[in-house]
Amino acid sequence: MNSDNQTTACCASPGLSLSERIGRDLPRRYRNEQRFQRLGLAAIIIALSFLVFLFGSIISSGYSAFRQTYVQLTVTFDKEAFTSENLAAADYAGMVKGSLRTMFPAVKGRNDLKNLYKIVSPSASFALLEMVTRNTKLIGTTQTVWVLADDDVDMLIKGQLSGEGDESNRRLKDNQLAWIDQLKEQGKIETRFNTTFFTSGDSREPEQAGIWGAVMGSFYSLLITLLLSFPIGVMAAIYLEEFAPDNVWTNIIEVNINNLAAVPSIIFGLLGLAIFINFFGMPRSTPVVGGLVLTLMTLPVIIIASRASLKSVPPSIREAALGVGASQMQTVVHHVLPLALPGMLTGTIIGMARALGDTAPLLMIGMIAFIVDIPGGFTDPATALPVQIFLWADSPERAFTEKTSAAIIVLLAFLIFMNASAVILRKKFEIKW
Amino acid sequence: MDFLTLILLLLPIGFCAYFLGSRRAVAVAGGKDGIRNLHSLPSHHGALTAIGAVLPALFLACVWQMALPPVLTGILKDGLPAEMRQLPANQFSLIVNDIKNVVAGNMTPGADQTMILEAAERYIDLHNTAEMLLTGLVLLVVAASFLFVHSRIRVDLRARNVVERVLKALLVLCSAFAIFTTIGIVLSVLFEAIRFFKIVPLHEFLFGLDWSPQMAIRADQTGSSGAFGAVPVFAGTMLIALIAMVVAIPIGLMSAIYLSEYASERLRTTAKPLLEILAGIPTVVYGFFAALTVAPLIRDLGLALNLSVSSESALAAGLVMGIMIIPFVSSLSEDVLHAVPQSLRDGSLALGATQFETVKNVVVPAALPGIVGGILLAVSRAIGETMIVVMAAGLSARLTANPFEAVTTVTVQIVTLLVGDQEFDSPKTLAAFALGLVLFFFTLFLNFVALRVVQKYREQYE
Repeated sequence: MNSDNQTTACCASPGLSLSERIGRDLPRRYRNEQRFQRLGLAAIIIALSFLVFLFGSIISSGYSAFRQTYVQLTVTFDKEAFTSENLAAADYAGMVKGSLRTMFPAVKGRNDLKNLYKIVSPSASFALLEMVTRNTKLIGTTQTVWVLADDDVDMLIKGQLSGEGDESNRRLKDNQLAWIDQLKEQGKIETRFNTTFFTSGDSREPEQAGIWGAVMGSFYSLLITLLLSFPIGVMAAIYLEEFAPDNVWTNIIEVNINNLAAVPSIIFGLLGLAIFINFFGMPRSTPVVGGLVLTLMTLPVIIIASRASLKSVPPSIREAALGVGASQMQTVVHHVLPLALPGMLTGTIIGMARALGDTAPLLMIGMIAFIVDIPGGFTDPATALPVQIFLWADSPERAFTEKTSAAIIVLLAFLIFMNASAVILRKKFEIKW
Repeated sequence: MDFLTLILLLLPIGFCAYFLGSRRAVAVAGGKDGIRNLHSLPSHHGALTAIGAVLPALFLACVWQMALPPVLTGILKDGLPAEMRQLPANQFSLIVNDIKNVVAGNMTPGADQTMILEAAERYIDLHNTAEMLLTGLVLLVVAASFLFVHSRIRVDLRARNVVERVLKALLVLCSAFAIFTTIGIVLSVLFEAIRFFKIVPLHEFLFGLDWSPQMAIRADQTGSSGAFGAVPVFAGTMLIALIAMVVAIPIGLMSAIYLSEYASERLRTTAKPLLEILAGIPTVVYGFFAALTVAPLIRDLGLALNLSVSSESALAAGLVMGIMIIPFVSSLSEDVLHAVPQSLRDGSLALGATQFETVKNVVVPAALPGIVGGILLAVSRAIGETMIVVMAAGLSARLTANPFEAVTTVTVQIVTLLVGDQEFDSPKTLAAFALGLVLFFFTLFLNFVALRVVQKYREQYE
């Protein structure tokens, strides 16, 4: 077709020489060239702007969760309230309510009082209990304490909940807004660094919810994954790269590894559910099972990276060792492995980073339960950081959106740290042969 | 001693055996100066002694541990009164479960369940005896095998060869894990899927147009018929994957071409890692981003254009999934573009073609099989992706090609069917495994073809 067009073009304008015809076409061809280049650049810019948009939207909605609103109360630890030996039996909620009533003596009526009590988080009474258990001398004294504000108050102070509009549609009523303003004037309400978020487990109350439980769950799972997948992966890679004969068996293993690397992660979750939990009867929702499933998922990544690392060790090293009489095993263990180890570690860190971010298989094995306690071992029910993000993302409370974004920021910080250390490791130990 | 402590105890035993063995080797050789007479180094003798002392005991302990529960349950059953043993199988297994729960401390038996309490006590008794027996046996085996190996250490003992053979066997075992995993996956989805297909015929599952897996609890309930026609689910998966590829292929391919053909070294070294960050972000983050930012954006945009857009539209999920896939397409395509020999480009440029014409007529056609392979891998990724669709796509199985409506996917259904309570005799739970089977084999097929294509292509130019 193309050549046909050219011949007709040539015959239609016989007066033009070849170079003139080329010259006539050149501007158009250069324009195409320009357009194509710009298109390519635009594609990269679009892709990178997605990245910026993603990070921007998450950081802008999550940074505020690192601060939390506190309310100052003046609490009287009345001696009469502590009648029994058991400190936990005292009516701390009553003390909180009493303190609020003395702060706003004008408030009367059941509904108004109920609204007043809602300014402070239900966790305030636990905070008082903790204070008294730590120091029993407080009994009989009056103390000023800072307790967590309710999540709606927190959202208002951070400007994420508006006090405008029809009162019946609002989370905070007019009188509550007035009290909060009053507290603000008196300096009895302020935002502080949110330590709760980093030290406590999950909670139904957004202001009390933290990521520490999920972080520990992830830690235990990943510890198992690392302890199993690194040795097994490295040994498998050594066998395939250094010892395996070129036969059907080796081929089957290689095809298997390449395919497993691309199997959807949810399938590994099904395997964990059917084999580890149903067949072997391992406990559900525990880091052991999570770690095992993640191990199976990470193994192909580590094997592939380790093999590439072994391949990059030049044959001269092996020949030299064999030449002075080392056995094949000694050659590998004493000479090849130390040289390949940095590359293997890099691959392992990248595999672990992938395992840290993976959620779907953990959903399958029940690490999605609502767990308040911080797991203390491998067989305690636990959740994991990405699963916690998933759980919070589903919660209807406005304050959980902020918490979710903050948890994502923490997760991304971990991932960036891991990947950066992999890059540094590679740069530092990379040997150019 | 319980099983785990026993296994951990073998570790120090192994270390001791190692030192004793290597000392014995030195002694046999006649002191430090005689080491050269040994066939193997003292450390090899030590390792051999350690392996000899620990391995048989470890093997015994593992076999014992695996055989123990069925044997104990058997003894327990024989000890139960006759009227209990004559109960139907499922009731009887309930009783056995109760006993085990009491043993584990999960349950306190009621006053009328003295039988169960007694049985539980007997079980604990048996268990303790078995543990003591195992501990004794293991220590005996350790001592015997250690003494045996230790006494065999001679100057001409080929300890190194034996140790290396054991090590190599371990390496083979490790590399076989990949096969075990694949077998595990196939077995776990296959068995449950077969049970599912006994209840719901295969053709109904593959070609049925109605998907509503909620089973009716009462017979007179309406609306929960328990229909298992998976076509709407497959169609939804395809729709979202298609949207994702429409986003990812042009952007990914164009970035790959620009990076490999035009970009300066500096741009390449900065843009490439930045693009790869997109691949490293956990999918749950993308899901949150899709549900919280992109879906409302698209809905508002639709409202402004007078379109009715569902808040869980396929478009939002597909778009975000496409962003996630971009780096896969771009890095795989860049690899294959890089592999096209420079001589092809030089030839084209020498004939007077512009760079665009070279790329269009020479480089891309030469790299096409590899690019297609990369795209197939990306498609398999999109189909298997879970978190984005779970968080941003809907649950309603609708047969539609309208990207503004909510559709559901295979992975979403697997998650919703399996999260929460599971009954492994209801088709609702088993359906998840049938979907898993389809997903596994479909992605396997795509990966297999893609890897073959890429490999073939690489060989062509190497």
